[in-house]
Amino acid sequence: MAAASPIPALRPWTGRPIIADRRLRWTLGIAFALYLAAAIGTIEADWVRIWEGLDRGWAFVAAFSNPDFVTRWRDISEGLLESLTMTVVSTAIGIAISIPIALGAARNLAPLPVYYLCRGIITISRSFQEIIVAILFVAMFGFGPFAGVLTLSFATIGFLAKLLAEDIEDIDRSQAEAVRATGGSWMQWLNYGIQPQVMPRLIGLSLYRLDINFRESAVVGIVGAGGIGATLNTAFDRYEFDTAAAILIIIIAIVMIAEYASGIIRARVQ
Amino acid sequence: MLVLEGLTKRYKTGDLALDHVDLEVPKGQVLALIGPSGAGKSTLIRCINRLVEPTEGKVVLNGETISRLGSGGLRRARRRMGMIFQEYALVERLSVMENVLSGRLGYVGFWQSWFRRFPPKDIENAYRLLERVGLEQFYDKRADELSGGQRQRVGIARALIQDPELLLVDEPTASLDPKTSRQIMRLIRELCAERGLAAIINIHDVALAQQFVERIVGLRQGKMVYDGPPDGLTPEVLTEIYGEEDWQATRKKGGEERAADAIVEDDERLAGAL
Repeated sequence: MAAASPIPALRPWTGRPIIADRRLRWTLGIAFALYLAAAIGTIEADWVRIWEGLDRGWAFVAAFSNPDFVTRWRDISEGLLESLTMTVVSTAIGIAISIPIALGAARNLAPLPVYYLCRGIITISRSFQEIIVAILFVAMFGFGPFAGVLTLSFATIGFLAKLLAEDIEDIDRSQAEAVRATGGSWMQWLNYGIQPQVMPRLIGLSLYRLDINFRESAVVGIVGAGGIGATLNTAFDRYEFDTAAAILIIIIAIVMIAEYASGIIRARVQ
Repeated sequence: MLVLEGLTKRYKTGDLALDHVDLEVPKGQVLALIGPSGAGKSTLIRCINRLVEPTEGKVVLNGETISRLGSGGLRRARRRMGMIFQEYALVERLSVMENVLSGRLGYVGFWQSWFRRFPPKDIENAYRLLERVGLEQFYDKRADELSGGQRQRVGIARALIQDPELLLVDEPTASLDPKTSRQIMRLIRELCAERGLAAIINIHDVALAQQFVERIVGLRQGKMVYDGPPDGLTPEVLTEIYGEEDWQATRKKGGEERAADAIVEDDERLAGAL
C-alpha cells in the first residue's frame, strides 16, 4: 500500500533555539558582543612594564631549576608539619560540624525553620573567602596556626555541608521509607536508611576538602595564620627564591600525592 | 484483626486519594487490592502504618487504634506490620544480612544497631529466613549485586524477621518477569499460610491476583467498588473498577495462562493444604 503512493513532499524540521523570539535572540547576542569588545578595550596593558617584568619572572622560574631544600630546611619542615597538622585538625573539625548542619539543610529531613537556619550558616560560610576570614581570625586570636585552623574549619563547613545536603536530598526515598516502616528510631533510620546512600559522597568530599585545606593552609599563612604559608612568605620577603621554589615544589608534590590517594580511595568506596 | 473505618486521605494538592474506605481483614487472610493507577492502593497501605498520615478515619490493629498513637507507640505498632515494596527498596549499599536485620531495628537499641551487634537469636533467625527464601549463601553479598527476584526475597525476609501479624505488600511483582512474579507470589502466599499472617497485596495483574488470593478488593478513585472472591470479577465488575475495556479477552487470557502454567499443581497442593 505504501509502495504504491507517490513520494510525499519533504517537511522541514529544525532544532529549537533556547530563546524562541528571533529578535530578542539577536538583540541579546549583539549586546553581549558589544559589551565584551568594550570590556576588552578598557583593560590597560602596559607593554613596557610587562617586558621588564618578564626578566624578574624569569629569575623566579629559573630558581625552580635550583631549589634549595637545605639552607632553611628547619623552617620548611616546621612549617610543613604545622600545615599538615592544621589541615588534618581543621578538616576533622569541619566534617564533625558539617554533618549535623548538612542533615538540617536537607529539605527532605529537616522542618522548615531548621532548614533555613542551616542554609543560613552555609551561606555565611560560603560568602567569605578564606583570606578575609583568616585576617579576621588573626585580628581576633593573634598570629599563628590557631587562627588558621579556625579559618579552614569555617570554610570546610560551607563546602561540605552544602554538597552533603544536596546528596541527602537526592537519595532514593524508597530505601529510607523501607527502614522507617520497620519501626526503627530516627537515629536508626539515619544510620540504615540515609547514611549508606551518602557515605561514598561524604568520603569523597572529605578527601577533596582535605586536599583543598592543605592548599589553603599555604595561602592563609601569608596573612599570618601559620603553616607553610608563613614560611613561604618569609622566603619571598628575604628574596630567597630558591627556598620559595623548594617550598612550592613540596606543596605541589603533596597535593599530587593527596590527589592520587583520594582517587584510589574514592574508587574503592563506591 | 485489622479494621479500617472511614479511612480518608486528601493530599495537600487537594486530590482525594482515599474516600471513606471501610475494610475488615481477619487473621490469616490474604487479600489483593486491585485498581487502576492512582486509585489509592499505595496510599491505602501506607495509611495503615502511617508512612502517609490519614486525613480522617480510623485504623485499628488488634484493638489498638494506630491512627491515634504518638511517635513511640507508632514505632511499636510498625514492628507488627511488615512491608514489602515494588522496587524492593533494599538499602543497596548494605549487605543482604544487614538488610534482613534492619527488620529488627524496632527491637534493638541504637548503639546495638550502629555496631551491628544484633542479638544472637535475631542473627540465627535471619539465617533461617534466608534459607527459607533460598538465599542462604548470599548473606554477605551487597544488596545491589542481586537480581530482581533475589532482591525481592531479601525484602520478604526483612519483613518477616519483624515477626509481624500483618504484611503490607505494595506491587511486589511490578518489576519482575512473569515466572519470577509467580514464584514471589507463591512464596508470600506460603509464608502467610505457615505463619498465620494476614496480608494486603496491591497488585496490577488481575490474573495473578485471582490465582493467588482468596479475597479481592477493587478500588476506584479512592472508593471501594468491589469486595469479594476472585471468581466474582466478572467483566461488569472489572469495568466498574477500571473502566470500559474488552474484559472477556483479558479474563480468557488469564485463564489460559493459568492452565498453561507448569506451577499450577503447586497451587492446588497449597490450596488443599489450607
